[in-house]
Amino acid sequence: MNDSSIKPSLSSRIQTVRSASGIEAWLIEDYTVPLIAMEIAMRGGSSQDPEGLPGTASFLAGLLDEGAGPYDSAAFHDRLDDYAIELGFSASRDMITGHLRTLSKHRAEAFDMVRLALIEPRLDEEPVERVRAQMLASLRHEVNDPDTRANRTWFEQAFAGHTYSRAVKGNFESIPKITRNDLIAYRDKIFSRETLKIAVVGAIDAKTLATELESIFGKLPAKAHLTSIPVTTPKMIGTRKIIDLDIAQSSIRYGGPGLQQSDPDFVTATVINHILGGGVFSSRLFREVREKRGLAYSVFSQLAPLDFGPLHMGGTSTKNERVAESLSIIEAEINSLASDGPNDEELDIAKKYLIGSWPLRFDTSTKLANQLIHMQVENLGRDYMERRNGLVAAVTREDAARVAKRVYGSGAIFTVIVGRPVGV
Amino acid sequence: MSDALKDAPSGGPDISHVTLKNGLEIVVIPDHRTPVVTHMVWYRNGSADDPIGKSGIAHFLEHLMFKGTEKHRQGEFSDVVTALGGQENAFTSVDYTAYYQRVAREHLKTMMEFEADRMTGLVLTDEIVDPERDVVIEERRMRTDTDPAAELGEALAATLFTHHPYGKPIIGYMHEIEGLKREDALNYYRRFYTPENAILVVAGDVSKDEVVRLADETYGKIAARGEKPVRLRPREPDPRSTRRVTLADPKVEQPSLQLAWLAPSYTTATKGEAEALEVLVQLIGASGTGRLHRKLVMDEAVAVAAGAWYQSTAVDRSRLLVYGVPRPGVTLEALEDRILAVLDDMAKHPVEAGELRRAKTRLVADAIYAQDSQSSLARMYGSALATGSTVDDVKTWPEAIETVDAEAVQKAAQTCLNRHRMVTGYLMKDEAA
Repeated sequence: MNDSSIKPSLSSRIQTVRSASGIEAWLIEDYTVPLIAMEIAMRGGSSQDPEGLPGTASFLAGLLDEGAGPYDSAAFHDRLDDYAIELGFSASRDMITGHLRTLSKHRAEAFDMVRLALIEPRLDEEPVERVRAQMLASLRHEVNDPDTRANRTWFEQAFAGHTYSRAVKGNFESIPKITRNDLIAYRDKIFSRETLKIAVVGAIDAKTLATELESIFGKLPAKAHLTSIPVTTPKMIGTRKIIDLDIAQSSIRYGGPGLQQSDPDFVTATVINHILGGGVFSSRLFREVREKRGLAYSVFSQLAPLDFGPLHMGGTSTKNERVAESLSIIEAEINSLASDGPNDEELDIAKKYLIGSWPLRFDTSTKLANQLIHMQVENLGRDYMERRNGLVAAVTREDAARVAKRVYGSGAIFTVIVGRPVGV
Repeated sequence: MSDALKDAPSGGPDISHVTLKNGLEIVVIPDHRTPVVTHMVWYRNGSADDPIGKSGIAHFLEHLMFKGTEKHRQGEFSDVVTALGGQENAFTSVDYTAYYQRVAREHLKTMMEFEADRMTGLVLTDEIVDPERDVVIEERRMRTDTDPAAELGEALAATLFTHHPYGKPIIGYMHEIEGLKREDALNYYRRFYTPENAILVVAGDVSKDEVVRLADETYGKIAARGEKPVRLRPREPDPRSTRRVTLADPKVEQPSLQLAWLAPSYTTATKGEAEALEVLVQLIGASGTGRLHRKLVMDEAVAVAAGAWYQSTAVDRSRLLVYGVPRPGVTLEALEDRILAVLDDMAKHPVEAGELRRAKTRLVADAIYAQDSQSSLARMYGSALATGSTVDDVKTWPEAIETVDAEAVQKAAQTCLNRHRMVTGYLMKDEAA
């Protein structure tokens, strides 16, 4: 690809490490900086929150580093800071993820903290009530934030009746009701070796990691008990919903059905999304909405390949008087891509960007570890590191036109506007 | 050094610092892990250098720098960056404006050619300037005017800095942004965008010799102006009063408060003073172990969150902030009292050895973690040099932090966190509306 290709390919540097009982991790050894980054992921996330209790997964993720094993919350944090260990957990719609960074010399202490957080979280009353108060404060803080409100409303309405309608961080009804037992039940159901994926980058060798894997994760249950979730498509397509808020600028979020990551057309859809609104300075939406007309500072589109309801989405923020104009431009660009596909020039530019920028995703240990997790979760194979650019290069104008039609369909979207838009 | 970090390399990568004949400074930060470079140009001017009545011009010009030159039409530079698979952007702070691209290593010279070209070749027409002004107006609406917390932040800064331009918003006041003209941008551009005023930072899979050679072939062709532009900065007088700003808005459902003080920056501080403040802020504000969190969020349960922030990298006298978010049923006044009690304790009693060691360990580790990211390192060195620190200051920062003792921390708390010179900001719900 370039004159640095004398370096071994990233794919060839990925080692599959297996512990005695078969726990597997992907490792890239690198001793340039004396640190280790580890990322872990388990299937679940907020889509597995119990009926009526949205926010359970986020609540639990916020408590895993608030006391475990012999250490109460204060002692746990003292220990993290004493060894400069960075450890945290989070929940998305489909996954529970964990993030670790440690100086390599404190590997033993750091890995032990990960083990304790996953296997022996205490969920003591004080941190449970504290994190609950923090989650409620954060909900109050966001209640009139136009972007958050638009996003929440979009999911509530588009996925009405489906688990994706529930907010990842819960709501004012659910957060006060979630009990310690609910958190434990969630953990028992979701935390397991069955869906566990692990990626490690940094100053550690495969043999050492194999031993550590067994001691960190060995006591996790073998099987998960995931609630089955139906695959769905978003509703309300072709409609607009206005939420009144007394602000001079409206926040707009739109979306429609998209493709799953495993779909053979996903890479082509990525190229098309880049052309519509994925590229920062080069996309159609940037040029038409921002550069030519000065309608907005931020305008974007993205693919959200959710496991049970993949989407294409986008949004902008523009003054109330120009909402109608901005929406008609966005809709016109989506329609134009749906009916005609991209032209040769923009397709060529998008492909060049996506191919050339690929290595920029791996220039820190944490980013590289995240990419290794993503490839495992989506079952892309170790060679995806090298294979992916070939897939982008192979996208033809005919493919692009076909997939644009497939994704954007009739061009119809569901739009939520928060503000006081004029003429909509 | 603290035990935790005794044998960690303190210097990190082998950093070079060179100055071209025309005055352009160059910093090279090697990182050979991936075949990528981060190319940044920093100008020593920011919003605090906006002329009176022209607030926002530094930031507006940053937007306009993407609009083309005599040699290259609007969008051409961005098109080339995109076609090479690069990423680019720019940012404006109170003291500096910076532009960067991240590309595969073999494209470094192309980036330098374009960036050097727009140091002197910018062309602006009203057709291009007018819609971009609307973009900035929408940016201000998005970031500030739809967010009561951001509006309070603006009022708090304007109250803390009564005379110095750090009190003005980086993006500018709306009524002044609306009046910014093409000529204002060009005047400001001609004054500050010169080789003597710029710092080139290149981090990544390159050698010093290669960077200097390429820089000489590109930036080196720009004629020197003869001298550096001067920043005209009035000095902030010593405060004599407490001040209180309150913002009440019907959209606020979660009240919060901030306390703010003037504080020396690394550039204005006497030796060790800024380091002591940095450790002090870690001791009171660290997210899981800081005093504010332990006492107010955990023990007394009067706050859901509390922390601190210190803007240590700045040309002039800077600021230190403490914030708190009350639990339901706790008034802002009551929380303010409890925060002040925690701060008073820091001034009255020396911190114990274990707590001090923990704070320093955590701070110093950040210097090692930063080595994992070439763009973080480039930003560290760029912002330091643009505000008057040296490469050596950044390199030896971990050692300087290690020398901070309990006495220095106590003195920093006594000197800086004076409740008679404090600005308090309350964010609350407007119940009447």
